[in-house]
Amino acid sequence: MATTLFDKIWDAHIVQAIENGPQVIYIDKHFIHEVTTPQAFAGLDSKGIKVFRPQQTVATADHNVPTQNQLEPIKEALSRKQVETLIENCKNHDIELYGLGHPFQGIVHVIGPELGITQPGITIVCGDSHTSTHGAFGAIAFGIGTSEVEQVLATQCILQTKPKKMRINVDGILGKGVTSKDIILYIISKISTSGGTGYFVEYAGSAIRSLSMEARMTICNMSIEMGARGGIIAPDEITFAYLKDKKFSAENFEERVDKWKQLKTDEDAVFDREYHFDAADIEPMITYGTNPAMGIKISDTIPNNDDAGLEKALQYMDFQKGQTLIGKTIDYVFLGSCTNSRMEDLRLFCSLIQGKQKAENVTVWIVPGSKQVEKQAIAEGLDKILKDAGMALREPGCSACLGMNEDKIPAGKYCVSTSNRNFEGRQGQGARTLLASPLMAAAAALTGKITDVRSLM
Amino acid sequence: MEKFTTIQTSAVPLNMEDVDTDQIIPARFLKATTRDGFGDNLFRDWRFNADHSLKEDFVLNNKNYTGKILVVGKNFGCGSSREHAAWAIHDYGFKVVVSSFFADIFRNNALNNGLLPVVVSPAFLQKIFTAIENNNAAVFKIDLENQEIEIVATQEKASFDINPYKKTCLLNGYDDIDYLLSMKDKIQAFEIQH
Ligand code: SF4
Repeated sequence: MATTLFDKIWDAHIVQAIENGPQVIYIDKHFIHEVTTPQAFAGLDSKGIKVFRPQQTVATADHNVPTQNQLEPIKEALSRKQVETLIENCKNHDIELYGLGHPFQGIVHVIGPELGITQPGITIVCGDSHTSTHGAFGAIAFGIGTSEVEQVLATQCILQTKPKKMRINVDGILGKGVTSKDIILYIISKISTSGGTGYFVEYAGSAIRSLSMEARMTICNMSIEMGARGGIIAPDEITFAYLKDKKFSAENFEERVDKWKQLKTDEDAVFDREYHFDAADIEPMITYGTNPAMGIKISDTIPNNDDAGLEKALQYMDFQKGQTLIGKTIDYVFLGSCTNSRMEDLRLFCSLIQGKQKAENVTVWIVPGSKQVEKQAIAEGLDKILKDAGMALREPGCSACLGMNEDKIPAGKYCVSTSNRNFEGRQGQGARTLLASPLMAAAAALTGKITDVRSLM
Repeated sequence: MEKFTTIQTSAVPLNMEDVDTDQIIPARFLKATTRDGFGDNLFRDWRFNADHSLKEDFVLNNKNYTGKILVVGKNFGCGSSREHAAWAIHDYGFKVVVSSFFADIFRNNALNNGLLPVVVSPAFLQKIFTAIENNNAAVFKIDLENQEIEIVATQEKASFDINPYKKTCLLNGYDDIDYLLSMKDKIQAFEIQH
């Protein structure tokens, strides 16, 4: 029978199928961070259980960490305690920790791929919904809750009901100033925040195939924003080239590639749901509301209808129905998060601001996704470009993606952000988030207003 | 996990769609290293003003509404995978959340914590909201064994789906981890084969 890429990987990881119930799925790699694990380790300790396969789990500290003076003790006591608890738990259970000060530290979904831990054909979980990012390599990767983290630590398995399958095809050529972030914001605006619920999504089509690995990660990252458990892209030469020299994937590389080449959806495989989009219809996108589906092409205006959710969102954002966003003054620009904090994102941003000055009214935070990204950015002189433009390269972490660490957007302020969620208060109590691509963020940083980046190119 | 038995109680209506887990429990309250106490910060920024005074118009602050059932609009629990959202709702005192549609991870998290997510049709959900509108103290019966929810005053009933395995877990208070631990031999055999 013709099967999908998702079926192939999933079915190869079933340890046991429970009659009328979920399946026991084997997990190859488990990423952990400080926020969603303390209660899981406490659960193990209370049962007197050790981690079953400690070498298949990798830890980092990202959510609570400051992005300046990272080596000083974390000021906030509760954040510090969470990070210290992680250190202690990793020590007690022999888990590799890329914590603060380690050259591999960074946002969990940035470090997995750049170290080559994320590979095609494997199963990956993490107590974090954006685990979907790793699907860009042709892996099955999805976010789980803390009880499930405990299960994986204890047994390297998890109980799951197999999701339905969806394929989203994007064909054609992307226009000027349009990035993979715009593709995914466009898709979510079309199929809503719940359109993918219950599904695992495969992204396909010529526009997806043309993307670099980093751009593919941005797409898979935001699969959760349409409710999908995860997203997956079949591995190809671009994937293999990316993994060739990575720390954990370089060994026996040719052998691995031979196996990876088998990983694709059969031609006549059937999906439960399928969408087709035309790349030429996508423009630079921006969100105006309080969920990621509330996004428009930059040349469009805010919808005008009587939806209660829209009204509540516009009240929070202080926007009007039917309004254009172009020209709206903003206060902050945030380039970062597991969606857009990799080298290509920094390079794109810098390509636009090079030799220019940021607008006076904006505060700009540039936060690399990992220590390795930070190091590379400095090696390429991006820190100088930023400095000359009146901005600074900070240290890696989740930063202003979520209002948990020191980097918070003040109440009422507008932030053009390359992150993935614009929920009320996501970037800080009362903060107003407009999601956009690194290029659109750069345009906003230069002009101090929401700007169609194409007018600056 | 505590056992789930049939309950009969009034309900609190939160008639909003796409309620995300950042609203249920904002990130700044995720710093605890235990599972306790999250109920205090349930819907923190909708319940409290910046000066910690109560927002009188938010439904959880309305004394007319009480009970162990939270009734919500569709796509409840979208966004972050934080299990703290399920902990907060449970810790606050709810045993059941009723909606026409839940986000996947939230539903799993709820089930793993003895919080029953009940999915009803949009039409029946509307009936529940109307019943509460007509009578703040309207009582509902949730019968897990028979997978039925009833508006007691009108005796209108709807059945709901639940995975038979999960149902057994809830009725008996079993945790998934106990089951998985009992599978260790099989897991090891799987590892050898792959
Ligand atoms: S960057 Fe944001 S979305 Fe990504 S893991 Fe950190 S908090 Fe979550």
